[in-house]
Parts: sequence; C-alpha cells; structure tokens
Amino acid sequence: MTELLLSPFADFGFMRRALAGCLALSLGATPVGVFLMLRRMSLMGDAMSHAILPGAALGYLAFGLSLGAMTVGGIVAGLVVVFAAGLVTRSSVLKEDASLAAFYLLSLAAGVMIVSLRGKNLDLLHVLFGSVLALDDGSLLLIAGIATVTLFGLALLFRPLVLECFDPAFLRAVSGWSPVAHYGFLVLVVLNLVAGFHALGTLMAVGIMILPAAAARLWARGLPALLLLAVLFAFGSGVAGLLVSYHADVPAGPAIVLMCGLVYFASLLAAPGGLLAGRLPLRRHLES
Amino acid sequence: MNAALPLAHAPVRPPLLAFEDLTLGYDRHPAVHHLSAEIPAGALVAVIGPNGAGKSTLLKGVAGELRPIGGTIRLGCDPHRDVAYMPQRGELDHSFPVSVFDMVAMGLWRELGAFGRLDGGRRRRVLAALAAVGLSGFESRPIGSLSGGQLQRARFARLILQDAPVILLDEPFAAIDVRTVEDLVAIILGWHAEGRTVLAVVHDFEQVRRHFPSCLLLARELVASGPTAEVLTEPLLHRARHLSEAFDDHAAACRRDDK
Repeated sequence: MTELLLSPFADFGFMRRALAGCLALSLGATPVGVFLMLRRMSLMGDAMSHAILPGAALGYLAFGLSLGAMTVGGIVAGLVVVFAAGLVTRSSVLKEDASLAAFYLLSLAAGVMIVSLRGKNLDLLHVLFGSVLALDDGSLLLIAGIATVTLFGLALLFRPLVLECFDPAFLRAVSGWSPVAHYGFLVLVVLNLVAGFHALGTLMAVGIMILPAAAARLWARGLPALLLLAVLFAFGSGVAGLLVSYHADVPAGPAIVLMCGLVYFASLLAAPGGLLAGRLPLRRHLES
Repeated sequence: MNAALPLAHAPVRPPLLAFEDLTLGYDRHPAVHHLSAEIPAGALVAVIGPNGAGKSTLLKGVAGELRPIGGTIRLGCDPHRDVAYMPQRGELDHSFPVSVFDMVAMGLWRELGAFGRLDGGRRRRVLAALAAVGLSGFESRPIGSLSGGQLQRARFARLILQDAPVILLDEPFAAIDVRTVEDLVAIILGWHAEGRTVLAVVHDFEQVRRHFPSCLLLARELVASGPTAEVLTEPLLHRARHLSEAFDDHAAACRRDDK
C-alpha cells in the first residue's frame, strides 16, 4: 500500500515537482474558482482560457517554447480581454456574459488568424494539454509565485469581493471598492489560468478551478468551509490523478481533472445539497 | 446622537434637500419632470403617486445612482457618506453562502472599510440591530433561509447600522405582512425622532395618514408637497391619476427650458 501511494513520489523527482505544482494550483486556482462559481461565472473561466490561448501561441510563435514569452503573451491577452469586457459591462447595457463572449471570441479568432498567417504548423499540444509531469524550475516557480500572489490578493480583496458577489448595489452605494474588487478578481482569474495552462493546459486548467468548487458547494454552507473544502478536494484529486497517471501510464492532466470529476459525482450523490438528499426518508423536523 | 444633525429647536431649518427644476429619466424620456421642491432636515416624507410616477427614479437620483438630465439636486450633506439608500428590489443574491449576521454587519462598512476589524463592541451593535428588528437568534442562519419579511427586517437592521442622517426607502413595505410593517414603521418613527431625514415610497395611504407628517405627491411632475393632511386630498389625488394617464411614448422634445 505504502509502495503504491508513496514510492512514486519518493523515487522520482518529476513526481515530487508535479505534486508541488498541484499543491500550488489547489491553493491558488481553486479559491478563485470558488468565487467564479459564486458569481455564476463558472463558464467564464472556460471562455477566458480560450482568450489566453492566442497570446500564449503568439509568444510561442515569436520565441519558441519559452516559458517567459508564453506566460507574458497569455497574461497580456487575458488582461486585454478582461479589461475591455469589464469596461463594456460596467458602462453599457450589456451584461458580463455577453461582453466577455464578444471579446474572447475576437481574441480567439485573431489568434488563430495570426498563427495561420505565419503558415507554420504549430505544436501547441503543450499549451492545450500542459505538462504537469515535466515542470522545470521556472514553471514551478511561476506557478508557486502566482499561487502566492493569489492568496495575498484574495486576502486583501476578501470583504469587498464577497460583497461584490452577493450585493453589488450595496457595495457601490457605500464605497468605491466595487471596480477594484471586480477588476482585481478578474486579474487573479487570468493569472491562475496562465498558471494552470503550464501544468494542465488551457483546456483543462478550468477543471481544477470549477469542479472542486462545485463539489464543495454541495457540502458546505458557509464560505470559509467552502473554500477550505474546495482546496482539499483539489489537492486530493491532484494526488490521486498523479498516482493514476503513474501506475496506469496515462496522461496526468486529464487524470487529475477526471479525479476532480469523480469527487464531484460522489458529492452529487452523497452531499446534503446533492441529488439524493431530497429523496431520503425525512428526519424529524425541529420545533423552530 | 450625531453632532451633525440639526437641533430640534433650531428656529428655521434650511432645506437639507432641494430639487430645482429637476428632470430625471431614461433614454431622454423624463420619469421625473421639472420638479421643484424642498425637504427640510429631519423631515419624514412619504413619496406617493401612481405607478410610473417617478417615485423610485427620484430616490435613485438622490442616492446618486442616476444623473439628472435637467435641473439640480442640492443636498446639504455628503451624498456618499450620509445617505443610506434601500432599493425596492436589491440585487441581493439569496443563494450566496453568507450568514444573516455577516450580511447585517456589512452595514458598518463606512466604519470598517475593507480591512477594519469587527471587534466586540461592533459585534454587540450588530446583535443589537438584529434584536431591534426582531431577528435575535437568526444570526447564523444563511440569508437564503429567510422569508421575504425576515429578509426585509435584515435589510432594516443593516440600515440601522449604516447610521446615516438621510435615509431613502423605496417601497419598504411591499409584499410584507401587517405585523412586520408595524415593526418596521416603529423603526422609521424612531429614526424620525432621532432627527434623521427619511424619504419613503409608500403606497398605502392609511399608513401615510397615520405615520408620515409630510408628503410629496408625484405624477412625473410635482402635484403637491407639504403636510399630509393638505396633500392627501381627493382633488389632488385625482389630478395625479389624471396626469399619469396622459403619458405619451412618442412625445416631442420638451421646450419648457426655452422660456
């Protein structure tokens, strides 16, 4: 048993690096995912990951498989889309989903256009599916750095962000924090998607954000419990996914996201907020 | 209680809030049209009128959420610090996992800001506000579990903590049972006794007669304002109904400013 669970990490450096990457992602990306879900923007993470892809691809096109160029490209593309969409949302009749869809689709189309103009057949598999089992020092430091920035950022923004999520009109009435919370949070989303694509790829980075958040929401009633549980689910899925990948010789990124999915389905069945809870025999109700 | 509030025995109170030829609206269509009126500090005013008369729009204008398309709103205090506004339908997300205590405590935002600590004294004030609206014992319930009336009580508790000299209430009694209305009216009368200025959109004329000393009767234009007994008269109410029926969606540009 110990051999099955521990020796892959004890014996191989790349497994330990992958484990550290998963821990950093769980601590950074998953809390951001919780707030995405609570803002009913779960699908927005997916959209944003498409917006980042062209930036990363452009960086790849110009500088090859360079961590710095792809990271900067991805962050710049993501931030442009986020701020343009935020501006439109806050000062026009369009809601957040519509303005975001418009800009991420434009970003995606522009990216694909530029890539095809260069006429190169790009090997974008790394960008699409990540390389959690081949994290070098630079990537690991980047992911850990983004997780650190995210934790401090969320701690700073926590109160305005919670209020911006559940009663934005009140926050606007009592303070000027509303745009800070809104844009600050979107910047954190972009940073974490970029961190996620190094490990899991743009397509699956959103998985470790949203799936643990959704699973935890089925169990937890308060926000602190929700955040803690989501992080635990994410890290647990990361460990399980890496082990499955190691023993069954399957790609690690999809294995991790599928483990997140397993937790989600188990929660759907067992949790008090899930599918079965409404069909169980009733417990005696309280007096008041 | 609050040093900035005018004293009850002050001889002539300057108007705290003055509308000067104020026009508010959406897409150039006026919802409040050439309104001129003054509201003295410490007044308890019922804003009445038929649906579509511009009552909510007027409160939005005072709260600073809507820019006037003509005329001005003069406010004798800081619109951001001193005005507490309770919209008719808040954007409150009921499914958000936050407790009644935390939601109400956010009324202290102007004191706490984003980083201030909710210390023991402030906690006691939150509990006192909850007790004042009859929600003791509900502190740790999620807001999603509250009934409509209980949620309105919680919103009032938050208003109590906001401790603002000017309070704007948009239909605070909509879809709420008699007992809750009575409790909330008692809170409003308490604010009035403390010298706060309260503007409330109210539809129940019986409520207005019993509790509100003065009235502002709107039908897009000002029909009448002043003591309730003089405003709530059948001829004026009839005029308000008549005016509100004459709205025209294809109106030409208003030339009244040209005079």
